[in-house]
Amino acid sequence: MKRKRDLAITFCIMFPFWLVLSGRFDLFHVTLGVISCGIVASFSGDLLVSAIGGGSLPKVARGFLRYIPWLLLQIFLSSLHMLRLSLHPRMRELIDPRIITFKSGLKDELALVTFANSITLTPGTITVFVDLDGEFRVHAIDSKCAEALPGEMEQRVEAIFGEK
Amino acid sequence: MIDFMVVVLVAAGLVFFLGGGVGILRFPDFYSRLHPAGKLDTSGSVLAMSGLALFVLFPITLESVLTSLKILLIVVIVFLTSPTATHAIVDAGVRAGLEPWQKPGGQAEP
Repeated sequence: MKRKRDLAITFCIMFPFWLVLSGRFDLFHVTLGVISCGIVASFSGDLLVSAIGGGSLPKVARGFLRYIPWLLLQIFLSSLHMLRLSLHPRMRELIDPRIITFKSGLKDELALVTFANSITLTPGTITVFVDLDGEFRVHAIDSKCAEALPGEMEQRVEAIFGEK
Repeated sequence: MIDFMVVVLVAAGLVFFLGGGVGILRFPDFYSRLHPAGKLDTSGSVLAMSGLALFVLFPITLESVLTSLKILLIVVIVFLTSPTATHAIVDAGVRAGLEPWQKPGGQAEP
């Protein structure tokens, strides 16, 4: 029963992709889409849903929808900072690369991955190393980027997945 | 009006790409070069791609909406793959035992 539901969720995520990418809505192409999505769902259906952990799927999806606009804004702001650095004539005096370490309170695997990828996406910081206990090593380009971590981003990632 | 917005978006994207290219050449070491390489390219492609998506969207037909959606999918995929690739490169550097460049007299690693 649970497996069937996982398959259905994966199918419902993949089918719109098929429709957008194919762009043809006649019976033949839609049928091909249903068959292909069915095949792919049958062998990868347990990947996505089980990683999130079943029941909280709608909640996680809503959390991501709230998180992504904030992340885009952060990326844009720190891109401007980065752009200024890389075009600045005295760039070497402004940057101060360092590796910082901190311990994150996040427990969930997917939350850790989301947090690590968000750090890497935000200009000025790159995740060097993460482990399952939430030990982070981050390469930061200057002290301003280093001070922003873990900070607000961790709280927001925590809010997506609920307090765990 | 739409054309104006498209030009602004694509031009802003190009500025970010330029900054990325210049940054790769100017930053002092392997790790700090990855910052402009991975990130400014991401921001640049977001801006340039949204400009292009806006450009093909009008006049609104089914076909043009689908083309815009495909262009936006490129952005989504860049967003997923770019941090992964950056992380793989950093990891390769760490495994090879490369020490990050420190500012002379700068703050030591804590």
